[in-house]
Order: sequence, then structure tokens, then C-alpha cells
Amino acid sequence: MFRIVEARFLGPEIKLFRIEAPAIARRQKPGQFVIVRVYEAGERIPLTIADADARAGTITIIVQGVGKTTRLLNRKEAGDFVLDVVGPLGKPSEIARYGTAVVIGGGVGTAIAHPTARALKEAGNYVVVILGARSRQYVILEDEMRRISDELYVTTDDGSQGQRGLVTDALRQMLESGRRVDYVLAIGPIPMMAAVAELTRPYGIKTVVSVNPIMVDGTGMCGGCRVQVGQENKFACVDGPEFDAHLVNFRLLATRNSMYREFEQRALAEFERAARTEPPAAGHECRMLALARALESEGSRP
Amino acid sequence: MKLPRQKMPEQEPEERRQNFAEVNLGLDEALARREALRCLECASPRCTQGCPVGVKVREFIQLVLEGDYLGAAAKIREDNVLPAITGRVCPQEHQCEGSCILGRRGEPVGIGYLERFVADYERAHGGPALPAPAPPTGKRVAIVGSGPAGLSAAGDLVRLGHEVVVLEALHEIGGVLVYGIPEFRLPKEIVRQEVENLKRMGVEFRTNVVVGKTVTLDELLGEEGFDAVFVATGAGLPVFLNIPGEHLCGVYSANEFLTRVNLMKAYRDDYDEPVFDCRGRDVVVIGGGNTAMDAVRTALRLGAATATIVYRRSEAEMPARLEEVKHAREEGVRFQFLTSPVEFLDDGRGWLEGLRCVRMALGEPDASGRRRPVPVPGSEFVIPARMAVIAVGNRGNPLVQSTTPDLETTPEGYIKADPVTLKTSKRGVFAGGDIVTGGATVILAMGAGRRAARAIDEYLRTGVW
Repeated sequence: MFRIVEARFLGPEIKLFRIEAPAIARRQKPGQFVIVRVYEAGERIPLTIADADARAGTITIIVQGVGKTTRLLNRKEAGDFVLDVVGPLGKPSEIARYGTAVVIGGGVGTAIAHPTARALKEAGNYVVVILGARSRQYVILEDEMRRISDELYVTTDDGSQGQRGLVTDALRQMLESGRRVDYVLAIGPIPMMAAVAELTRPYGIKTVVSVNPIMVDGTGMCGGCRVQVGQENKFACVDGPEFDAHLVNFRLLATRNSMYREFEQRALAEFERAARTEPPAAGHECRMLALARALESEGSRP
Repeated sequence: MKLPRQKMPEQEPEERRQNFAEVNLGLDEALARREALRCLECASPRCTQGCPVGVKVREFIQLVLEGDYLGAAAKIREDNVLPAITGRVCPQEHQCEGSCILGRRGEPVGIGYLERFVADYERAHGGPALPAPAPPTGKRVAIVGSGPAGLSAAGDLVRLGHEVVVLEALHEIGGVLVYGIPEFRLPKEIVRQEVENLKRMGVEFRTNVVVGKTVTLDELLGEEGFDAVFVATGAGLPVFLNIPGEHLCGVYSANEFLTRVNLMKAYRDDYDEPVFDCRGRDVVVIGGGNTAMDAVRTALRLGAATATIVYRRSEAEMPARLEEVKHAREEGVRFQFLTSPVEFLDDGRGWLEGLRCVRMALGEPDASGRRRPVPVPGSEFVIPARMAVIAVGNRGNPLVQSTTPDLETTPEGYIKADPVTLKTSKRGVFAGGDIVTGGATVILAMGAGRRAARAIDEYLRTGVW
């Protein structure tokens, strides 16, 4: 059992958790992830380590409630427990002094990009951060990213914050203005990462993405997370999750990620129905449900 | 009077292919005594030699005859810490029963059935009387991996008075016993009980620890204060075919399919893990070993319209246990022998719709002594399938080796260890089971665990490497 010591919402259905996991906190490096199982009948889901405090023995994960398991997790509060947390898994990010490094975080992908961006800064890079989100309320970790970057731009689909448009618009402007870019890290939804890859390809800029395939064990024993990278079959959990963006087959990745969509939608619908009819139990549950309902009526499902 | 081998009562095929309950129902006392009567009580029993852990078969069968079932179980436990498991999953036809003298003229004694009977009897009657451990030695041993090799080493080492901590990457203890072998062959409750027994004997289990990631071998031997480490991480790395279409939705490794169903209980509605919806669909499993049989029978139980084994050699070469092949056939599994897939076919939306296969003919014997299958030109044909499971073997998982540069490995990625002492190239580190030999059997892994325990004990007592 792993105790949650801090839990707070950063945005609609986007929640930060600090969890006691000393062994993981001590060893983790930027780019690595954990596998979490919330409760006995739960599934195992991968979540990137957004931060860690070795002295306090805690790791931070940021969860976007998009399905049953993540919504269930998002109802947890400080003092609650998650059943299993295992890690650190995957290869750490390749940190080097590239020169000018552009780090692009799309939505909750910002949480994954943050530790790597910080490491890039510490390694002496000039770090430009581009944060993209649907609208202002979904922009997360802006202050944290500002602190570790030399320049920071925000784009929103609806223009409610920063530049109206997509992260690729901001990147394109940089490239077209003739600025030298030596390295790009893009983490976010698959179409966003694919678009960044296409944008940097003609410039020959080293571009890295962190892929998010479906995983089960996260230790290389099943190959459920296999990704086509160039001509090779890679397991994202042990060979990745970061890969050369110009070699990743994003179309296959997107198709494989849709494999259980019907099942997932049914599970979420049942969970939401149960959550609505469930009588309020403990005090914090009431607040949670109220919040969940409020968010839903806003129509703000991410 | 010549007694025939007693039949194991089992669920009817039509009924059992609808459920995940155990197929074999076990012998009752009367059947067990009748079967025990068949033992000739050989003066130098070959059955014990045929058993990889040397169970004293004649002695325990004698105790069954006397009606002392608990005594029989205790006799087995002297050499085998997991009798309820081995009695169910051992390929006895190649081991104890394969060596039984009765097998020369007729059918061998049902040693596996009897072992299972006494272990089940013992469990139903309050569990085993656990042996008292030796006085504490003050030495600490870490065991990496909680599969059969790790569990058997843990049982032996704790009895010798050492402090034993088993580290497991998954959230449940048992390795292939919990993620690989299905409930209908090995109920998970039995694994849990055997693990409980080891806990009662003093073995400490830590789940969610990936050695090589959460902690390294050097840290275990250093700051974590262990005097020796036994690496028993198994052969959990799936082999793919590397043919076109392997990325299609609906194509699984057997490890993934079985882990979803067995460990994550995807076959139950009250668990969250999804798995391919087999209902009414055609399923093909590629391979001829026990893993392939487990996968194909699992697919049937998940409601597959057809479940077909595609195997590149002929029936005679299939490595699966005879009993599993028989059970699979009774349940309606189809077999395509001398057939090899060359491509997974796309339905146009990224999902599997069939396998293009080629017929094979048997050529000259290969390194394994089996006749090598060679493709028959112009024999390609298509088997329709919405789901395919690849069960053509596993290799060693490299996580431990990759962070332990001074641990020597073979070109295939297995850990090099002395066949007798199981010592590796790294002082204080022993290795055994599938991570050394490649995918083998539960009982062979247990045998390796026993040898490791003896060698580790000697090292801890003498300090001689």
C-alpha cells in the first residue's frame, strides 16, 4: 500500500498526487514512469513520474481523469492509499548539452515533460518551453516551467490564454524566423507529437517524443506496448518511452491505443453512473462528487 | 489381479469449456488407495531418479496405502515445497511416471495424481505441519523473482536458518504460476496457500520491486545488507515472429493474453482489465507447447467460435503435455499441423482478419534432434481469425543483467551459471531456473532452486566462492 501525502486539482479532472514511495523516489530519473494499480480489482496503468523528493521519499504523479481508473484515482485524497506502485520503469531521458532545446507540452503531457525540461536546463541548454492546451483552465505547471526555462510560450485552442492556435504554430514561427533549434522534445496527444515530428523533419532537428501505448506489466514481459520505430519492433516500457520522433509510426500507435475503446467507454459509463447514484459517505467524498458534477455540467470533460 | 490405472474424474468437456474452474477434479480416498496399490515398491525405484527434485515416491505411496495421508504429504515436502502445484502441472510422462517400471508393459503409476491427492488432503485438513527451521544463522539471502525456482529456494533456505527476502516485480507472488498457468489447470487459491505456508515458515515477500530498476544487484549486496542473491527471474521475454502485420489490433503475445486473463482476471466482469472480446470470433494460437495449449483453451472459455492451434511441426513433435493436448481436443480445439504463418492480414482498419500460412514438410533433424520443418512452395492459404496469440517461446528478461555489467550472459541473453553450484561470474550471486536454461518446466525450475539453496548455504557457511 502506498500512502498519498498530497492531492490537489491543477485543472478540470487533472490532479496532482504526491505519494510515499521511497525506493522509487531515490532512483528515478527524468523520463521514467511508474505502473499503478489503484485497488484489488483494478487494472495496471502507466503514469509518468512528474517530480520526486528523495529526502521526503515521495514521488509526484499528475493524473488526467479520462477513464474509469484515472477517475477513480482522482477521487483519492491525501491520507488515502493506492494498492500498488512499481518503478521507476523505462529508460531515463537522454540529457545532453544540445544547445537550444525546445520542450513542448500538450495538455497533461506538460507534467511528463517538466522533469526532462528541468534536466535539460541544468545540463546547460537554452530551454524554450511551449505549452499547449484546449483552453486556459487546462494549462498546468506554467509557473514551474517558467522557472526552469529561458523562454515560455502558451498556446490555447480558443485563445483564452497566450497565443490562439496549436503548439505547432508557435514552433513553426520559431523555425521559420530562422532561429537555431538543436533539440525538440514533444509530449502530448499523438496527433500533436506526429505534427511536431513532421514540422522538424525537413530541418533535420533531433526530435524526441514520449509515447503512451497501452501497457500491462511495464517490465518487458508481454510486448503489449510494442511500437514500430523505424524498421524495428520496440517495447516502449523497456526500450522507451522516449523515441526518435522521426522514426515512430504514430498511425499504428494511435490504432493500437484504440483497441479497448468500447470496453473503456462502457467501464467509464458504469463508473460514472455508480458515482452519481452512490449515497454520499465520507465528507471528502461529498466534495469530490460535487466537484465532479460541477465539472461535468460545465461540459469540461477533457 | 492386475489393476488398471485409475481415471482422474474431470469436468465434462461441454461444461468445462464454459468456465474457468479446474478441469481435473482430483482422486478421492478410495481411488487414491486403489492407485497406490499398483506401485510395485521397487527396491531401487527409478521414479525418484526421474523426479527433478528427487521426491521419495515409494515411501510416500506406502504411506498413502497405510491411510497416513498427512504423513505422505510430509514425506513429499521433504523434497518438494509445492506438491499441490507440481502434482498438477509437471509433465510426469517425461519424469517420474516416465521412469516407472510399470510403464514398460502398461500404464505407469499415477504418481502426479497421488501427489496432488495428498497435497489437497493436507490443505483440506489444516495445512502442513511445517518443519521447524534450523537456528538462525544471521545470514540474509535475497531471491529475485517469486516463480517456482525462487519459491523452492526460499523454502529450503529458510529451513536452513537463513533470513530470506523474495523480491517480485509484479503485484502478486508466484511468477508463471499466477500470470501464466490458467485457473482451470492451477487454481490461484492453491498458489496463494503455498505462499502462505512459506510466509509461516518465515520467508518475507516484497512485491512491486523490479530488481535492475527499483534496486540493483550491487545495492542488494551492498547497502541492503544481503550476503547472497539468487537470481530466478525466469524467461519472461516474449518472442515475436517478425512477420508483417504483427502490430495489428488483435495480435497478442501469449504472455500478454495470459497475464490479462490470469493475473489481471480479465475473464471476470468484476475486474477492470480488458482483453480481446473473443465471443463469436475465430482465434488462432501459434505454437505447440503448454503455453499455446493454455492460450487456446483460454480463448475457448472466453467464448471463441473457433480456436485453432497452428503448429509448424507435426503432432508427434509437440512439446505440450499429452494430457493438455487431450483436454484441448476434447474441448473442441482444432489443430493445423505442419503450418506456419507468414503474414497477419489487416482488415483495412488496423485489426486482424486472418493469417496467411504456408504448409510445411519435415526435413532433416535440426540441433534439437527434431526434424526441421521446411515450407512447401506454393502451398499458401488463409485462416480467418480476428485474434491471434503468439506462443512460440520466451527468452530471458534482461532487466537484471542490463544494470549488472559484471554478470556474464550467453549470446541468447541468459545468465551464465555453473550447472552444479549455480554460481555466476559475480561473487555472491547465484542464478537458476529459466533465466539460465531458457523456458523449461516448473519442476526443473524448482530443482534449480533446491540446488541453489544447497550451494548458497555452503557459501554462507564457508565463505568460499
